[in-house]
Amino acid sequence: MGKKLLLHNDHVPNIHTYEVYRAHGGYASVEKALKTMTPDQVTDEVKKSGLRGRGGAGFPTGLKWSFLAKPEGVPRYLVCNADESEPGTFKDRYLMERHPHALVEGMITSSYALGAHTSYIYIRGEYFYVARILEQAIREAYAAGMLGKNILGTNYSLDLYVQVGGGAYICGEETALLESLEGKRGNPRIKPPFPAVAGLYGCPTVVNNVETIAAVAPIVNMGGEEYAKIGIGKSTGTKLISASGHINKPGVYEIELGVPVEEFIYSEAYCGGIRNGKKMKAVVAGGSSVPILPTELILKTAKGEPRLMTYESLADGGFQTGTMLGSGGFIVMDEDTSVVKNLFTFTRFYHHESCGQCSPCREGTGWMEKVMQKFIDGTANESDIDLLWDIQGKIEGKTICPLGDAAAWPVAAAIRHFKQEFIDIAKQKKFNDVKHYYRLNNLTEA
Amino acid sequence: MKVTIDGKEIEVPKGTTILEAARMIGPEVAPPTMCYYSNLKTSGGYCRTCIVKVTKGSAQNPNPMPKPVVSCRTEVMDGMEVQNYTSPDLLEARRGVVEFLLINHPLDCPICDQAGECFLQDLSYNNGTEKTRYEFKRREFEMIDIGDKIKLHMTRCILCYRCVKVAEQLTNGRVHGVINRGDVAEISTYITQAVDNDFSGNMIDVCPVGALTDKTFRFKQRVWFTKPMDAHRNCDKCCGKVRLWYKGEEVLRVTARKNKWDESEEFICNACRFDHKKTADWVIEGPTPISHHSVISQNHYEHLNALKVDTLKRQKALGFMNIDKRP
Repeated sequence: MGKKLLLHNDHVPNIHTYEVYRAHGGYASVEKALKTMTPDQVTDEVKKSGLRGRGGAGFPTGLKWSFLAKPEGVPRYLVCNADESEPGTFKDRYLMERHPHALVEGMITSSYALGAHTSYIYIRGEYFYVARILEQAIREAYAAGMLGKNILGTNYSLDLYVQVGGGAYICGEETALLESLEGKRGNPRIKPPFPAVAGLYGCPTVVNNVETIAAVAPIVNMGGEEYAKIGIGKSTGTKLISASGHINKPGVYEIELGVPVEEFIYSEAYCGGIRNGKKMKAVVAGGSSVPILPTELILKTAKGEPRLMTYESLADGGFQTGTMLGSGGFIVMDEDTSVVKNLFTFTRFYHHESCGQCSPCREGTGWMEKVMQKFIDGTANESDIDLLWDIQGKIEGKTICPLGDAAAWPVAAAIRHFKQEFIDIAKQKKFNDVKHYYRLNNLTEA
Repeated sequence: MKVTIDGKEIEVPKGTTILEAARMIGPEVAPPTMCYYSNLKTSGGYCRTCIVKVTKGSAQNPNPMPKPVVSCRTEVMDGMEVQNYTSPDLLEARRGVVEFLLINHPLDCPICDQAGECFLQDLSYNNGTEKTRYEFKRREFEMIDIGDKIKLHMTRCILCYRCVKVAEQLTNGRVHGVINRGDVAEISTYITQAVDNDFSGNMIDVCPVGALTDKTFRFKQRVWFTKPMDAHRNCDKCCGKVRLWYKGEEVLRVTARKNKWDESEEFICNACRFDHKKTADWVIEGPTPISHHSVISQNHYEHLNALKVDTLKRQKALGFMNIDKRP
């Protein structure tokens, strides 16, 4: 098993309390940063570490921080995006539930680096109990002098707040998140201006994922260069992967980036293979919005090289034969799974979560769901496959925010790699989901 | 700053959007708009019909932009090159957007008061397809009264947010907005509040489709049977410059004056709009110039011929051009 930086104390009882966390080396990065480093040095370490945004897009965090405008007399904000709503992704929840102080520590160190004196954790509404855990952690941190005025006797002060959202996927988009945080309807803003220039309340703001912020603490502790040694190429460090689906051991795994996909799925250290001795059919490698890949393409790239769990390797071949690491929502499907049914679920989700602001997404997501419903009802024709392909092409890249793309990509990939399944349903005029039904209900097939 | 749109170059000040630059060049390159409104701040960006292709970002960074951009909210850069009607992919993408706008639109033009001056009609005439590929039930809403003079027919709405911006920017205490999300999002008032302020009528003018209609004019007359006249009066609330729509000797409705992009030049108050519908209330300036391509130009100024104003001459004098937006 590889090195662990975020979940290394996962076995420690009561690690969610301040005393235990501190006794196991917690808050060392705060001490190191505030007492021995300037904010720019912290940013430099993050740059050197090569840390990339863990929320899905994989944008280099150090670079994002360096874009932050720093005008005189204007407050700056750090906002933690804990609106983890991508289907198949539950790593942030695990981290916050069990290691709330890891996030609080990362927030303090990162806020110091950015010069923010007020920071927010925006958490999705469905995670209300996680918000309570975080609030308890923040109370403990205040009591220990890690938050508030003059942290650890330095002249740096920080207030940290938890804001619970209403439970909308769209509020995970950073500008929609800021709108929601400001108390408005969570509609994405039209960019530019980017949040780094005009974000929360019109002030320069950095929005980072929970895992990204938590990773800042080990980076400061071990140094950016040391952190960059973990992983392969531009995919440095460790990543939390939420493994789900038809595997023997679903759960959250911290991996060193660069583990081969095959090892991740079949090794006992991780997913432990496909359950019930079935064969693997397909994998959605980074949360519902990334393209689904069939077994042969997820284990090996089109060039025949083994695929690794890195940003680059998973994206190898573009969308024709590749996918994305995304948020690390790793969904494995066995041979009994219907890709059509799976796609129907995804299109229903995006239809439900579209904010309705711009026309291609508002109308297109609903249309795709209705066409998919025809496949489930067994009333679809072969021309509906072309129609779906056309609709997704007309949504992708035409919308305000990436939700349109996120809705279009899975449709495109399912048709690209599993067109025969769609054709079969259209030809037979029947959607056969019996196997799926039996397996779900633990029945043996008659 | 120099920008080239469809091969036509123009020098514009910094901060100009691509759409504004295109409109400066002329209607032959200007993209169609549904949600942008020159008099409303932060409008635009929602409908995606004004998308253009940026083939050269700027003189410093000549790379093309990876995706189509909304011209109404993208500022020009020096040396930028933009394709609008000259890019077949872009026109295809725009046809896609128009198709999306139309799939849930009831297409009840024969009974809609907006027909004849509807942005969506023009848009679908220029960029739409002959047949729909949408075979499902279209979205429907109940009609509601928002305020005593305005009818909201949400089924026709394309969620351009213009009326929300009017309420936000012209009045204080906006009581209506968008509720729900996705394709069931709708314009509505807060609980059962009525929109009640002196400038609420402008919502009707800015609505690109027939979702917000004037209850004092509903079903009175097809717009192409009415003839517009520019007129003014002294009003202590607004500019008092309006357009009167005549049928015979009768003023059927009063609207703000629209520019050649069909956007209100100046907003008018409800007193001018709803309460002054007699010729005697107004100083008549003369017939409004109308584009030859507008259906409203089809008939004669019956009974008002006595005014003997040469519409075409006036039109030329005012610099009105052919505003047909077809490529």
